[in-house]
Amino acid sequence: MAAAPESGDDTKGLMGWIDRRFPLTVLWKTQVAEYYAPKNFNFWYYFGSLAMLVLVNQLVTGIFLTMNYKPSSAEAFASVEYIMRDVNWGWLIRYLHSTGASAFFIVVYLHMFRSLLYGSYRKPRELLWIFGCLLFLGLMAEGFLGYVLPWGNMSYWGAQVIVSLFGSLPGIGGALVDWIRGDYVIADATLNRFFALHVAALPLALVFLMIAHLMALHEVGSNNPDGIEIKKHKDSRGIPLDGIPFHPYYTVKDLMGVMFFLLLFFAVIFFAPAFGGLFLEAPNFEPANPLQTPPHIAPVWYFTPFYAMLRAVPSFAGTQVWGVLVMGASVMILFFLPWLDRSPVASIRYRGPVYKSMLGVFVLAFITLGVCGLRPPSGIYPLLAKVCTALYFAFFLLMPWYTRFDRVKPVPERVT
Amino acid sequence: MIKRAVLIAVAAVPALALTSLPVAAQEGEIALLHAGTDIRDVQSLQRGARNFMNYCSGCHSLTYLRYNRMAADLHLSDKELAELMLTSDNPFDGIRSSMPPADAAQWFGKQPPDLSLTARNRGVDYIYSFLKGFYVDSTRMWGVNNLYLPNAAMPGILVERQGLQKPVFKNESDTNGGAHMTLVGVEQMSPGALSPQEYDVLVRDITNFLDYASEPIKAKRESLGVFVLLYVLVGFVLAYLLKKEYWKDVH
Repeated sequence: MAAAPESGDDTKGLMGWIDRRFPLTVLWKTQVAEYYAPKNFNFWYYFGSLAMLVLVNQLVTGIFLTMNYKPSSAEAFASVEYIMRDVNWGWLIRYLHSTGASAFFIVVYLHMFRSLLYGSYRKPRELLWIFGCLLFLGLMAEGFLGYVLPWGNMSYWGAQVIVSLFGSLPGIGGALVDWIRGDYVIADATLNRFFALHVAALPLALVFLMIAHLMALHEVGSNNPDGIEIKKHKDSRGIPLDGIPFHPYYTVKDLMGVMFFLLLFFAVIFFAPAFGGLFLEAPNFEPANPLQTPPHIAPVWYFTPFYAMLRAVPSFAGTQVWGVLVMGASVMILFFLPWLDRSPVASIRYRGPVYKSMLGVFVLAFITLGVCGLRPPSGIYPLLAKVCTALYFAFFLLMPWYTRFDRVKPVPERVT
Repeated sequence: MIKRAVLIAVAAVPALALTSLPVAAQEGEIALLHAGTDIRDVQSLQRGARNFMNYCSGCHSLTYLRYNRMAADLHLSDKELAELMLTSDNPFDGIRSSMPPADAAQWFGKQPPDLSLTARNRGVDYIYSFLKGFYVDSTRMWGVNNLYLPNAAMPGILVERQGLQKPVFKNESDTNGGAHMTLVGVEQMSPGALSPQEYDVLVRDITNFLDYASEPIKAKRESLGVFVLLYVLVGFVLAYLLKKEYWKDVH
């Protein structure tokens, strides 16, 4: 019998039996033990593995939550309190899930910021970046849908505001909103379908996208803080000189990162699960009430930068659709990043003062937008939101120009 | 560069922390009193439970708190629990109000709210302030109004304990130059059955009990958290040493 050419070298026993039928050893070697990653990963490179950890946390705790949650407008709120009070360790499962949602966005925002620092979206990693953007988009949808499920008053009115945004689209708006809600108001039918999408459709999409994201990463290889390709310098065996096997080097390093992350994660879960009203909002401890709006409707913190951009755009020509389009564009523009960046260098270490300033301004604008989105639109906030929306888009739209003319430093041949 | 990026991240933390503060008292809004409750004070919780059953449960339910859960958490004996229940109540049930909801809505204009989650919804300071904020107002149906919830539908249940309070107004001129009076506080008008200090304790105990009722696991959660963090800290140190050992040969 001819041995499969790609089988694990000469595994015996059970592994041998499996390897002749499924490429287990080959997968382990190519994807983990003999996947060569640059040896100079720094602090910013922990967030990919942490995002995966949080995804698994959301999947596992989510499964256990569905065992007691009731997706009905009459029972949802009470079933969440049942989980919090009567289900054994239900409070912990729920806090792991609710804190996990916020942690997911923190980790993903930092993970994306890493790409901006070191040019990780640039050729040949465009598809890797696009899969990542799709993951972010899916995560936003998943976060929004999940936020509605506890059926608190902020859940209800948040859903009301966000779903009605689609109503501003010309022509199809009204019909589209009815189609999304499945009713003429946010109601039982809406909660039911949001539950279906939240627990089945989107988690499935997120898992598949994560696999595609990892496959693309392992095809092109990881970028690094110097933004140079380690594959350019290989030894006689074809191994990158500046590469080290992912296992055991980065498995143990990521384990350390996981432990540090868990310290912060559990500190929030056990001592401040509502996180001052940011992770669990006070009005959501009141059941959905279609007759009474909360004193101030704001989306949960991870959406507020985008919400602030929505509000920053005034209505024009008798329609509010411009704000909706700007908010959509603020996410969509991320997809084009690989083609907007015309700099000869990838990493911020070798970029000039203009890119560094633009990135700094971008980060400040994004955080300021987040604060604006949490606050009522009065006082200084509307003006601040307008300015920061302009700065947010300027970072992307002016990029082809300022990256081309910015001064750059010479890039080293090997990682530093 | 990394240092700068870290600096940016660190600078972002206070900005985010600021946003997590509850929206500060807005202009014209009266600042809340500080409740100063402690859910670890079991005696205070026991008194609070008794006071709640005496003064509040006639109208307000605690649907999500079961009698037996309360008895277990507050170390109440079967006899003590029985004193807090009506004979028709089952210890496995949530704490009910003795008033039929339909009647309540008719008598008060709205159904008295369930208080299971009020401490998480409005905050303990709000409950404490509210219970101290009743003042005489002859225009209201029950003869009282509330400093912290204008035109509250609730009658002054504790007025006989606290004594009467009268409103304090301040003369102000609005932007158009017209003079008007703004309610800024309350002051004692006549003494009640309790001294002000005793009344504070009564109200603080009820507030504390409602804080407990809003999340019965809270005290256990926090004491458990200390051990969880210590455990993970040991895990972190081990992981750090493991990483150091493996990375010795990477240069």
